[in-house]
Formats: sequence, C-alpha cells, structure tokens
Amino acid sequence: MTLQEIIDRLNLTVLTQNKDFDRITATSGYTSDLLSCVMSGAQKKGVWITLQSHSNIVAVAALLELSAVIITEGATPDPATITRANEEEITLLSTPEFTYPVVGKLWEMGLKSG
Amino acid sequence: MPQQKVITDESAGVITRVEELAYELKIEEAMTRDPNVVNPRMQMKEVLELFRDKQISGAPVVSSGKLVGIISIEDLIRALRDLGRRELSASVADYMTREIITVNSYDSIIEALKLFSKTRVGRLPVINEAGQLVGIITKGDITRGLMDALQHDYQAEEVRRYRASHLFQDIISDRTSLILRYRIKQGDFVHGGAASSNIKRALLRLGADPQIARRCGIAIYEAEINLIIHTTNGGEVRVEIEPHQILMETRDDGPGIEDVELAMKPGYSTATAEIRELGFGAGMGLYNIRNCVDEMQLESTPAKGTRLVMVPGNDSKEWELSRATTPGQGTRLTMKIYLHPQKTTEKNHQQKENAP
Repeated sequence: MTLQEIIDRLNLTVLTQNKDFDRITATSGYTSDLLSCVMSGAQKKGVWITLQSHSNIVAVAALLELSAVIITEGATPDPATITRANEEEITLLSTPEFTYPVVGKLWEMGLKSG
Repeated sequence: MPQQKVITDESAGVITRVEELAYELKIEEAMTRDPNVVNPRMQMKEVLELFRDKQISGAPVVSSGKLVGIISIEDLIRALRDLGRRELSASVADYMTREIITVNSYDSIIEALKLFSKTRVGRLPVINEAGQLVGIITKGDITRGLMDALQHDYQAEEVRRYRASHLFQDIISDRTSLILRYRIKQGDFVHGGAASSNIKRALLRLGADPQIARRCGIAIYEAEINLIIHTTNGGEVRVEIEPHQILMETRDDGPGIEDVELAMKPGYSTATAEIRELGFGAGMGLYNIRNCVDEMQLESTPAKGTRLVMVPGNDSKEWELSRATTPGQGTRLTMKIYLHPQKTTEKNHQQKENAP
C-alpha cells in the first residue's frame, strides 16, 4: 500500500518534506522502541511505529531503508532530527495516538508484519 | 568481488530519483529564460511569423512591462478559423487568454506539474519574487530539465562506482586492501550511525552486493553505538575491504567488559536507565552483530578496553569468542563477512591471521 493511503487513513502529520507519497509503498510493519530490536526485526520498505523521537531513529531508518517512521503519542522530534531526516530522505510521520491502535489500524488496512 | 552483480536496485532507483528531482529541481532551473514576448497591439499575423521563425507555440503578452495575457498556437488557430489567412489583421488583445496562471521561479517543478495536470494550459509564465516575468515553462522544458539532472547525477555516481570497483583490479600486489577508519566520540548520539552509513555507501560504490552492504551497515551501527554508550574515551572503527572479504573492527581503551560471555547473551545490558529511555541498551547489540557476520571475535580486558572484530559473510554463522589474556590489550571486536564462502582454506588462513 502507498504511504499516502496510510497518511490519509491514520490522519498522520507529515513532519519531513513533502514527497509524492502516492509513489512510495510500504510493504510491512514493525514496532518496538528498542533500536537494536528494530535493527534485527524491521524490513526494507517497512513502516516502523515507535514513540522514540530522538535523532538516532533517522540513522536506523536510513540504514534499514525503511519507507517511513510513525512517531506515536504526539512525541515531537527536535528540528535537528527533522533536518537530518530530510538529508537522509527519511519520512517522519506523527500521530497523537498510542502505538497499539495505530498498529491495529495498519493491520486492518492489510499491512501485515511482512 | 562479484563484479557483475553490482547494485541491483539501480533501475528502481532511477524511477524514484525522478520523483525526488521533481521536488528538488527549481522551476528557474528548467524554464526558458527571456522568452519572446508580444504586445497586445501586435497583429495576429505578426504572431504567426514569430511562432514560425522562433519555432515556438506560445508567448506571454506584455504591455508597458506588465504581463497582461498569454497567446498560444491554439489562439492563432482560432483566429485563422474566424478570419482566414489574409485577414489576420486582428490584434493580439482580441485573441489572447487574459486569465493568466503563473508559477514562481523559486518553486519546485512539482508545482508546475500539478498545474499542468489540473488545468489544460500548455505553458506557464514564470514570475520572480519581485513579480517580474522571468521566463516561461512547458512540459517539454520539465522533461528536458529532469533528463539533464538525472543524467548529471547518474553519471557522477556511475563514475564514482566505476572508479571504485576497479580499484582492486587495477592495482597489482600480492594482497590489496582498502582501509577505512572512523573516530567515534563517547556520548555523541547525534552522530551515531554516521560511520555505518558511510561504510555502507562505500561498499555499494565498491560493487558489494546490497545485501552484504546492509548487513555490514547493521553490524557497524551496533558496534558504533556501543562505542558511544559504553566507552570512556570513545574508540575507532576500522574497516578493511579486500576482494574476498570485509573485516570490520572496533577498538577502545576502556572500561572493558567484565564478562564477555554474559555480554553476548541476548537481552543482557549494562546500559543506564537514561540510555534505555532513548531506546538503546536493549542488550541486543552484540547478538545482532553475531547474526549479521560470519565471524566475530570479542576480546576485552576489564579496566583496559574492548576490541571487536567482525567478518560478514554469506551463509555460515560461525562465530568465536575469545578473551584476551594479555593485560593492556584493551577491548577489541572483530567482525568478518566472506564474499566467497566456498573458500574454506582461505577462511582458516584468515582466522589465524587475525588472531591477536
């Protein structure tokens, strides 16, 4: 499914620069707030759901070539993190919701663990 | 090194690059500058001459320095239909389009693309910050601009990749290797992951399989974060690339690991609560490294330091732990990845060679 569908359905705020989200696909999902777990569990082109918002999430997402990071519970990355994400071409999305309902909705939309 | 299997997602990369470029490229980079303009009092037959001479299909209409309309080949056809060839004495003002849709020179070309798909216009006058007409942009200009930009960065990356991948073939020696070194500062979370991204990029340029490059990236990332979190004075990441293997090593000068075997256990961590709150210290770092590389050695002397050696490879998951017995050696982690897993004899040879 496309990132645009996910953004629309979950009513996500796009924190990084706008892209043609209709052309970016997400093929799996992963959730954890422990970076090493993400490193071993998340897949390329996946969406990672986390409440971490510090700059290292960008490094993790870039190394794993993730399609997007959804930051939950309204946690806000600092401007430096957003700048870094734009440099690495990583899309950061935000929602005030808890991780659990976000994952639930994604699963219902058909985005499985991959 | 598998020279023929270089960078598999190249073609896919080109497609996404076009999309990215639509956002990166500014309208002023793709537009036609100083376009031919007409004034509203000109006759339509003069417009016909101008279009034919300059081989253009539209022009902005300017009156005393102000943009007042746009005249296109469609308007000319309308005039021809109404008046016939000989009667083209009607003025531009009678046939021009007065509702002008303009774009800003500093906007991305995606803005022009959106307007082209939303409206049915074929060309858009370009206005600068001061509201002056500075150019005109058509779909053709955009296509040309994208192609040029694409070719430019494709060539630049290709040349880099080409030069890099020939490194090992062009230099003759008994054993050629390329060594990359990175200094990692203790507590520098902001730059955490920088060395691993750079190493991954270097490996791709050298023609490494993307899967291998990814595994190296993950292993180095974990080792890099360990240096940031757990060391007294930071440490060094060293990557030695050879045609048949990649040897990654981190070294620091303390405080060392009390119990190396315990440290290897998944979930075991000595990170503080603050560090864990940031999502680090899951106790999975060394375990992840072990799963990414073919060979791994961890040597550590408490109060002195740690050395980690990693060799990433294809299938085998052998790994080895050893504990340095010589005081003053510090901690060392070695990781290896074999690029040709069938060479078992070489593998043994390498192991011996890398023993402390």
